[in-house]
Amino acid sequence: MIVADPKPFLQVKGYLEDFQKVLVVGCGTCTTVCLSGGEAEVQILASGLRIAFGKDGRKKTILEGCVQRQCDLEFIVPVLSQVEAEGIDAVVSLACGVGVNFLADRLGNIPIFPGLDTTFYGANMQQGLWAEMCAGCGSCIVAYTGGICPVARCSKHLLNGPCGGSEKGKCEVDPKNIDCVWQLIYDRLKRLGRLEDLRNLLPAKDWSTASDGGVRRSAREQLYDVK
Amino acid sequence: MSDKSVVKSGSNLERVLSSGHFAVTCECGPPKGADVEHLEKKIALVKGCVDAANVTDNQTAVVRMSSIAASYILVKNGVEPVMQMVTRDRNRIAAQSDLFGAYALGIRNMLCLTGDHQTFGNHPKSKNVFDIDSLQLLDVVRTIRDSGVVNSGDPVQGGVKMFLGAAANPFADPFEFRVIRLAKKIDAGADFVQTQCIYDMNRFREFMKMACDMGLDRKCYILAGLTPLKSAGMAAYMNKNVAGISIPDEIIKRIRGVAKTEQAEEGIRLLLEQIQEVREIPGVAGVHIMAIEWEERVKEITERAGLLPRPRF
Repeated sequence: MIVADPKPFLQVKGYLEDFQKVLVVGCGTCTTVCLSGGEAEVQILASGLRIAFGKDGRKKTILEGCVQRQCDLEFIVPVLSQVEAEGIDAVVSLACGVGVNFLADRLGNIPIFPGLDTTFYGANMQQGLWAEMCAGCGSCIVAYTGGICPVARCSKHLLNGPCGGSEKGKCEVDPKNIDCVWQLIYDRLKRLGRLEDLRNLLPAKDWSTASDGGVRRSAREQLYDVK
Repeated sequence: MSDKSVVKSGSNLERVLSSGHFAVTCECGPPKGADVEHLEKKIALVKGCVDAANVTDNQTAVVRMSSIAASYILVKNGVEPVMQMVTRDRNRIAAQSDLFGAYALGIRNMLCLTGDHQTFGNHPKSKNVFDIDSLQLLDVVRTIRDSGVVNSGDPVQGGVKMFLGAAANPFADPFEFRVIRLAKKIDAGADFVQTQCIYDMNRFREFMKMACDMGLDRKCYILAGLTPLKSAGMAAYMNKNVAGISIPDEIIKRIRGVAKTEQAEEGIRLLLEQIQEVREIPGVAGVHIMAIEWEERVKEITERAGLLPRPRF
């Protein structure tokens, strides 16, 4: 899933100083699951904004909404209609950056602001904790690394084993919180009896499939005419 | 695969090693600015005492004069540089371009590194590159040297002959992988390696035995890295704060056991003993003395260790 963290409240409030009628819209998928942009978080942010602007002696209308996915047209059409019908003059999105962009492309002259900082593709490690697992590089190499990704999980994205900063299974960049992924890979390949996989040099990676190759698209020929 | 019998660049360091002499290298860190005079003072302190001096590339991710420019200043002042290059700050385009530039300026030794993560330096908010890792950089430069093509396969105009080095850390984890990683670096093109500072001599002996059992000492020159301890405080600090460095308690106790004014001398005495110890370990081809901001003692250290005069070619 895509993980995102709430932006500081005063930053979001600052975006909205010049607007009277604001819609805060959440997303029912990833940011709901990671507890930063679902219905509950929309209510909390909207209430906070009402109280904070009220304390400033400024009355604004803060509306709330939440759709299943802000990254799919069928789900955002109602949002676009609401903005137009109700004369909303700014939108705050609590989706990941995908939702913000997708709405921005379709909101005409209505401004949209991000309520979250989108961080990474991660997994839920335990209640309230997520960790990065994939970097979306477009050419997966984990077949050679025991299913564990050094592109996403090594602080230096090393492809040929641990640097000198690996100590007792931890990464020197933040030994309390980051495992040395190369220790994990080593231990896993040892268990699988495949340590010889580490003996081969992985040559310079082709990053053209990552964002380095330009903005990416993904097409399914059975549904979309690539030509 | 590196082959000792073929001349790589004909650098002084390569000649010293290939003629069977016990090599001596040191470090010459560039200034945090364009202060050439400061650098030239350091160069003068090590001139004649070492076969080559490593010129670090924004070490610990702190901005300094570029290693290429500083290496050129070493060349001009008669000390052969080992130009360090990290992949943290440059992609394969910049790395190859900088290699050409360095060679054009007379630089003949190059040490390929990934580099310390930028969070440790003075620009922790910067973006890193890591397009390639240190092994891939070795592979890229070796291919330019031996096959005359850049990473994309395009031909290189004129020869670019570098004597290629790498770092090895026998003290980081997982320990069993450390020798495999060294073997990979040799496969990727390392002609020589310099190790991380050695304080745990038993672990280094074990590492060297594993390396020699795999025949790595026959394919590559292994220089033992040593750093003199200036004080008990420095020893304790390094032990606690530098990942991949462990200093045995008896060494910290030994330095702490003498008066503060005597600790630097005790550190040098320990270093001289370490130099003798590593000389006797099979497969060790030289020492890399990292006297960090202590270049003024390099002459004395090499003299007292019986490493002077250096061979001349």
